[in-house]
Amino acid sequence: MIDRYKWYEIASLYAGIAVFLFFVLAPFIEGFLVSLKPLSQLFSTPYSFIPKNGSFDAYFTMWKSVPALGMHIFNSFFISTVVTIVVIAVVVPAAYAFARFPFTGSAMLLGAFLAVNMFSGAVLLIPLFRLMRGLGLLNTYWAMIVPGAAFLIPSSIWLLRTYMMRIPKELDEAAWVDGASRLYTLRRVILPLAMPGIVVVAIMTFIGAYAQQFIFALTFNSKTEFMPLPVGLFAFFGKQEVIWNELMAASFIGILPVMIVIVFLQRYLVAGLTAGAVKQ
Amino acid sequence: MTSTRSATLFALALLAPALIYILTIVAYPLVDTIVLSFTNASLKASYDWVGWANYQRIFGAGNFTEVIIRTFIWTFFSVSIKMIVGMFGAVLLNAAIPGQTLFRILTMPPWVVPMSIGIFMWGWMYNGQFGMISGLLQNFGLTNGPIAFLAYGDTAFWATIVTDVWIGVPMVTIYFLAAMQSIPKDLYEAAWSDGAGRFYRFRRITVPMMIPAIITMSLLSLIATFNSFDIIWILTQGGPSNSTTTMIIDTYKTAIGSRKYGEGAARAVVISIFVIAFCLVYFRAVRKLQQGEAK
Repeated sequence: MIDRYKWYEIASLYAGIAVFLFFVLAPFIEGFLVSLKPLSQLFSTPYSFIPKNGSFDAYFTMWKSVPALGMHIFNSFFISTVVTIVVIAVVVPAAYAFARFPFTGSAMLLGAFLAVNMFSGAVLLIPLFRLMRGLGLLNTYWAMIVPGAAFLIPSSIWLLRTYMMRIPKELDEAAWVDGASRLYTLRRVILPLAMPGIVVVAIMTFIGAYAQQFIFALTFNSKTEFMPLPVGLFAFFGKQEVIWNELMAASFIGILPVMIVIVFLQRYLVAGLTAGAVKQ
Repeated sequence: MTSTRSATLFALALLAPALIYILTIVAYPLVDTIVLSFTNASLKASYDWVGWANYQRIFGAGNFTEVIIRTFIWTFFSVSIKMIVGMFGAVLLNAAIPGQTLFRILTMPPWVVPMSIGIFMWGWMYNGQFGMISGLLQNFGLTNGPIAFLAYGDTAFWATIVTDVWIGVPMVTIYFLAAMQSIPKDLYEAAWSDGAGRFYRFRRITVPMMIPAIITMSLLSLIATFNSFDIIWILTQGGPSNSTTTMIIDTYKTAIGSRKYGEGAARAVVISIFVIAFCLVYFRAVRKLQQGEAK
């Protein structure tokens, strides 16, 4: 056994963690406290961290200030869900191909997929805008779903490929010997075994899609009815006089579901995060 | 066993959807950007070939060179601070003390929460009159009056860096933590029985063993930071007076803001050249590291 911590070491570790976590969580803590403060208190000096006469009023009044809030939250969920379905549908066969049938040039192709990750949507915004316009997809959900999924596909292929490579090859071969077709093998042997990996990829994709809905939604859609939460709130944020407590309340309502997901699925997340370090 | 040829065909069939998707949504736009960069495309339906005019214009004015330099300074500070804070976080979260799991979960919110929502919260924190940072500084008597962080070039520049660091740190921390945990325990035990202290072990075992992870993460982080759009756009939209205008922001303003597709595309091509250069460095580094492992 390695040396134990001395009391002052433990104390400084906790102090360090407190400082570190304060940096990480300060905006959320402050945002939450702001959502509880009455507006008059926000705009008075001296500044106070703790709300006086705190209430959840803003959580009720915000629905009137941002009438489309519920719709924005729904849109965010809808877009992320469809993105996840598209990504999984495309990625599962591709990952299997890379994991099991390395052909000439497959390593290079895999590298090319990785390189796609390095391009942000912002760089390709002009041609994507033209493409979306050409396809008549501007101001529809698809203008956000189609490019959104594209940038989540490569890292998902990498992640799932790594996972599938851990499934013993003998299983596929045994199925082939028994006369199963390759497609049947993929469906009946590999798919069930790869399920945990697919679930991780799906969670990562959903969270990624939910988190990154900004630039495409900002540029390819101007209709409130299709706006996801980030852009919907950005319109609110950009106003001359921001009703901060309501904005913060709306933000919290919007992130609450994701927070719940994290708490329950953090084990998967850490696994996915470290294996899929190609995404940030 | 099945023949290689049919196996390859089967693999290609499985890959087809992904390939078609990426070719349409990433590769084709990349080519389109290059083509557009040699035209005077704008909102109008027709446009002409203008050769190198866009490139001459963006480099001739001197303005864009400034933007490039600013982007690199911005990226350099953001990435370096992320690495340092991430390493600090990983060391702390690696310590075997009660509460470890909870602390690890608590680092994740900036990464998983929609980026823009985190940025709205920073927008409030930076508020000059009543925001938390300015407010606390005043309450403690550290400054005489309110500081509107986003209203002045220098402070806005650093404010956007701090927010970018905040968004990137969870990822770096968790990645470093994983790398730290994969260092063989017996190395530490051997050093410990030889009488090496905690700091000595960190410096002589942890840091050297972490170098591959640090290189990988800095390059990935470099690419992500270089491409960072949301933070600057939401907080300052590139202002005040261009002090936070990085290449991405400049491209967005030109192309989408002013509808100068051709000029914007030329900027996007310059960005792409940098990104490709970073990628090559990254792939080379990864290969070197793998060879190093094999030895």
